[in-house]
Amino acid sequence: MIGAGILSGMAVTLRNFVGSYFEKERLITVQYPEERSPLPENYRNFPFLIYDTDDPEAGLRCVACKICEKECPPQCIYIIKSEDKKPDYMGKPQFYPAVFDIDISVCMSCQICVEVCPFEAIKMDKVYELSRRERFDALLQRKRELSKSNTYYHSICPTEAAEVDAKLAEAAAKKKPASAASAAGAAPATSQGSATSV
Amino acid sequence: MTLESLEQIKGRAQAAVPGAKIDIIPNTGPSQQSSLLIDNEHALAVARFLRIDPALQLDFCSNVTGVDWLERTLKKKVKVKKVVDGEEREVDETTEEKIPGYLEAVYHLYSMTHKHGLVVIRMRTADRADDARLPSLTPIWRSAEFQEREIFDLYGIRFDGHPDLRRILMWDEFQDYPMRKDYREPDDYEYEPTPHDAVLARAREHYAPRPHLDGAENITPQQ
Amino acid sequence: MSATIQTLAPAAEQPRQLPPQMTSRLEGELLEVSMGPQHPSTHGVFRMNVALEGEIVRKLKPVFGYLHRNHEKIGENTSYLGSMPYTDRLDYFCSMTNNWAYALSVEKLAGIAVPARAEYLRVILAELTRLQNHASLLGFLLSDMDAWGTPLMYAFREREKILDLFESLSGSRMMCDYMRFGGCRVDAGPDWMERAKKLVDAFPRFLDEFEALILSNEVVIARTQEVGKLSANLAINAGITGPMLRACGVNYDVRKVDGYGFYPRFKFRVPLGEHGDTYDRLMMRALEMRESVGILKQAFEQVPVGPVMNPKVKIRAFRPPAGEAYGRIEAPKGELGFYLISNGGTNPYRYRVRPTSFINLTVLEDLCLGHTVADVMVILGSVDIVMGEVDR
Repeated sequence: MIGAGILSGMAVTLRNFVGSYFEKERLITVQYPEERSPLPENYRNFPFLIYDTDDPEAGLRCVACKICEKECPPQCIYIIKSEDKKPDYMGKPQFYPAVFDIDISVCMSCQICVEVCPFEAIKMDKVYELSRRERFDALLQRKRELSKSNTYYHSICPTEAAEVDAKLAEAAAKKKPASAASAAGAAPATSQGSATSV
Repeated sequence: MTLESLEQIKGRAQAAVPGAKIDIIPNTGPSQQSSLLIDNEHALAVARFLRIDPALQLDFCSNVTGVDWLERTLKKKVKVKKVVDGEEREVDETTEEKIPGYLEAVYHLYSMTHKHGLVVIRMRTADRADDARLPSLTPIWRSAEFQEREIFDLYGIRFDGHPDLRRILMWDEFQDYPMRKDYREPDDYEYEPTPHDAVLARAREHYAPRPHLDGAENITPQQ
Repeated sequence: MSATIQTLAPAAEQPRQLPPQMTSRLEGELLEVSMGPQHPSTHGVFRMNVALEGEIVRKLKPVFGYLHRNHEKIGENTSYLGSMPYTDRLDYFCSMTNNWAYALSVEKLAGIAVPARAEYLRVILAELTRLQNHASLLGFLLSDMDAWGTPLMYAFREREKILDLFESLSGSRMMCDYMRFGGCRVDAGPDWMERAKKLVDAFPRFLDEFEALILSNEVVIARTQEVGKLSANLAINAGITGPMLRACGVNYDVRKVDGYGFYPRFKFRVPLGEHGDTYDRLMMRALEMRESVGILKQAFEQVPVGPVMNPKVKIRAFRPPAGEAYGRIEAPKGELGFYLISNGGTNPYRYRVRPTSFINLTVLEDLCLGHTVADVMVILGSVDIVMGEVDR
């Protein structure tokens, strides 16, 4: 019978239309911005810098080694190393970034900077509502805006943050007996937290 | 049907096309994909042989690409007889061999009838001049039609015998050849918030220099 | 024109003479229309200069380059790892397969081995990509035929589920940047596998509905059968690959011919068409979706536990040995290949993408000649182009 194909197609659309009142998976519209779909834990948007403790200046993990700047494919990170060293949250004198800018109009969220950072200092954030009214300077995120605390990182990515904390604690524990041994004259073991300038 | 080795293909091609000069370019890496270098006058005849020969039947030209080789110097260690301390001995000397630059077109061929494997052929121009010419293999494999146009557009190699040689990705009035190694981008400068390396050098040329303030936040546009 | 009124004699005695400006044949005058870059149905910024005689296409010249970003030059100035996110943006619908093609070429170049679990994950993600690509293509083709978006929205509903899977695995829906040289970036946990299995089990029900909606529809059949016939010889000569080639009856699927990854371990058929017209190309995609579901079910049963990354590969300062390699895979649109020349440094000396859609467009003129303007859109939709890949 001619028109059988069209009729079977219309049966499909009718089933979907009526079904959308009863089955949840046929009604897929999310009424943004009143409701937002939940983001999975792995979701990544733009990077941010982590600081331990409550002090964004002293607790900043970044030591301005510039590896992320070099590896970033679109080169959106701009770092100027400081001239002096400041003590970090463990009391050790470290370089710190005097200027750390990320241009989020250039950043493509590839998270290569996270992969190559040896100090677990830069991680991926989840904030996606970042629209601004001007183009160039307004989309430039400076160190102040980029620095967020470790507790914030725990709140957005609990499992990953727990792993990172465990890794850092392990590295710190390895260094402590080594530094005790170095006091006795043995060679210190190189570990992640050591401030080698690259 | 398994593919013959490159030496066998070279032998049979040279027998089928008299006068053709074919060399095997070895590939030093782990992929072991060596290629055949074909001279330009007999390229069309060799390509036709590769396509219609019953054992090969390489009818699928998968990829046509251009490569720009700048002038290179190869250091080689040669044993040279020299007089040292009054007696003649063989000494290792490093000689430098200058290889002039050229442009290259590389074709990756497969066979759909026999479902066998990769044969890579190359053609080289004499030099990197602006009017470098190579024979077009579009009459043999039509898949080269758009790809040779792209090589002409981006590298500047003219293909003789191509049915419709004009720019494909850039606009028609564009002058330069963007994929060449010595291509200089035009100075269409736009404000860049996070400049570094070459871009920072260009930013400094366009903006008022402030040598004591080196951060990006201190660069202001010079109107 | 005379002012006198002609008295018309009966037709047998005096044939009617039309004044010259009413002759219906424009001899030698073809109307040139630019089906311009801004068009909702051209799958991106794609332009076709068509010369029409009435409604019939007499000449067609495709013009592209509006999205040209010189991806190959960026590849020469970026490290091998840094090019991986750029490959996502080539065929932006299928970022996982783009990543795999690039990772495969670099692994060929440097001779890197891949652990078994990573190979299975790659197959799973590639087949999921194939599912969502083919479903979206059918949806887009139908909306080009003025189905006003209903099949497209149904296809996108399923595509969203697959993209949610990609998001929870790699962090991003479309620009996944997931493969690395020597494996995959992160491992998939058991709950991800459960969700993927549930999706694959529910997929055939969606396919039944979708096929009932589209494939027996009389309008679709009338508009796509006998339209844009491609002969097998022309297809092979022009380097066409993918479902467009198999619709002409040529049995060439890189998954079977090259047997890359772990594809030889899976049993699947390669659908072939008979006529090479648009309807066959449509059917290819529908049948390939069913085969992909079969491959996925087998992959979920066979996937082992283990590492997903080769530990010997360096992330930073990755320097493959000097040489060159050409690696290719069967991407959803055809054969996607990467040709890399290395001179031992951190950046490739030559980085070339063998673009599927670009080469599939070689025969667009041949397919459209003699058809009407309305058919041009249908034919273009069935070629399945994405401008990110055509222009790079």
